Amino acid sequence: MIRVRGLNKRFGRLQVLRDLDLEIEPSRVTAILGPNGAGKTTLIKSILGLVKPDAGEIRVGGVRVNGDGAYRRDIGYMPQIPRYPENLTVEEILHMIQDLRGQFDDLDTELVDAFDLGPQLRKPFKHLSGGTRQRVSAVIAFLFRPRILFLDEPTAGLDPVASSALKDKILRERAAGRTIVLTSHVMSEVEELADMVVYILDGTVQFEESVTGLLERTGEPNLERAMARMMLRVVA
Amino acid sequence: MNTLKITKYQLKDAARSKWVVLYALFFLAATDALFRFGGTGERVVLSLMNVVLLVIPLTSIVLGAMFLYGSREYIELLLSQPIERRTLFHGLFAGLALPLASAFAVGVAIPFLYHGAFSGAATTPLLLLLGTGVLLTVIFVALAFIIALATDDRIKGLGIALAVWLFLATAYDGIVLAIIHLFGEYPLQKPVIVLSLLNPVDLGRILLLLQLEASALMGFTGAVFRRFFGSGLGAVITTAALFAWLAIPFALGRRAFARKNF
Repeated sequence: MIRVRGLNKRFGRLQVLRDLDLEIEPSRVTAILGPNGAGKTTLIKSILGLVKPDAGEIRVGGVRVNGDGAYRRDIGYMPQIPRYPENLTVEEILHMIQDLRGQFDDLDTELVDAFDLGPQLRKPFKHLSGGTRQRVSAVIAFLFRPRILFLDEPTAGLDPVASSALKDKILRERAAGRTIVLTSHVMSEVEELADMVVYILDGTVQFEESVTGLLERTGEPNLERAMARMMLRVVA
Repeated sequence: MNTLKITKYQLKDAARSKWVVLYALFFLAATDALFRFGGTGERVVLSLMNVVLLVIPLTSIVLGAMFLYGSREYIELLLSQPIERRTLFHGLFAGLALPLASAFAVGVAIPFLYHGAFSGAATTPLLLLLGTGVLLTVIFVALAFIIALATDDRIKGLGIALAVWLFLATAYDGIVLAIIHLFGEYPLQKPVIVLSLLNPVDLGRILLLLQLEASALMGFTGAVFRRFFGSGLGAVITTAALFAWLAIPFALGRRAFARKNF
């Protein structure tokens, strides 16, 4: 579904991505893990075309990412920090994105109900709490039923109710055959949601394995301990 | 098509923002006050000129840069949609320059209307003032784009924006004067003309003064312009140079936007 070959990106003196190769399989949940500054967000932003790589090739569904934005029609994106025009209401923001995409039908508004966003719809964006902004951002990511979803720390800042609702949604969409890529620092969450784990350190993929494979191979009872063991091995 | 849609939502957002309203009210109050101090239409235009040449570059470049830094995440979100960068740039640019330019134009025009000075002797100078103000707005919004795209550090960006404004709107004249003073023995007409062409604020001033026939206020550069080109050709050249000032930063800003890592 997504193929990355020899991706390099440097910001000033900092080499953020280093000959990164990655293959993301369709119809699965892939978790991209790694410490802060490892290059996770830069990788996702490169795939979205927000960051222009210095070298390397990215293909999404066979289409090479080269500046033409049409492939993003298939993609939903939930960023770490969502922000929209301050004075527009949630309703207007949702309408704006539909307007820009030219798609007003066949929308997935399941999350509006699951998050109980009804009472917030007429509030201007600047009056929304961090958690509500995050929920609006999740609604927009799923709204157009994209085949591929990028969720950057999707549950950070959500209360347990919203967080559970979002996780249920992710699992339902996975069952419906969508390709989902997420980042998270919470290992129990990754264990619950992900099929595959990709571990990035210093801008390259250190290992790429299924969650079950990882548990079996390390013999640890949960993903957190399995990851800890693998990370120590990488350092050594 | 998408350009217009982006602009539409920008305008909707701007219409509810207090900055744009305050900006319009500022020009309204200034123009009204000048009328009340007993000015006729033409004299009000002349007095407004100095306000326009100082305030428009400042607000356009500072509010422009502030807007772009504040919209960083919003721009990222729009770019994650199937939208081309060029389209988004055009939409954002129009959505930023239009509210600023219209706030200025409306704020100045309304007092002229209700003081009954809109038509008559002041019409041409007023339209020229409005035109120059709009051009300067667009030019300094383009400069704001270049600055905000060049550095991700908001404080540094705003500092550069202020420095550019200070240089073009105030320090530049001092430098020109210093050059004239230092090299007074040499023929300076041509170098001074070139120096004025390099500063959009100077160009705006010369363009207005050539038409207002206010030679006393014209200063050295304006006088040289008139002697060298006459009022008619001088106006053509300054206008052409202003449009070049519009086109070049716009193109540079668009190129920077196309290459930017968000």
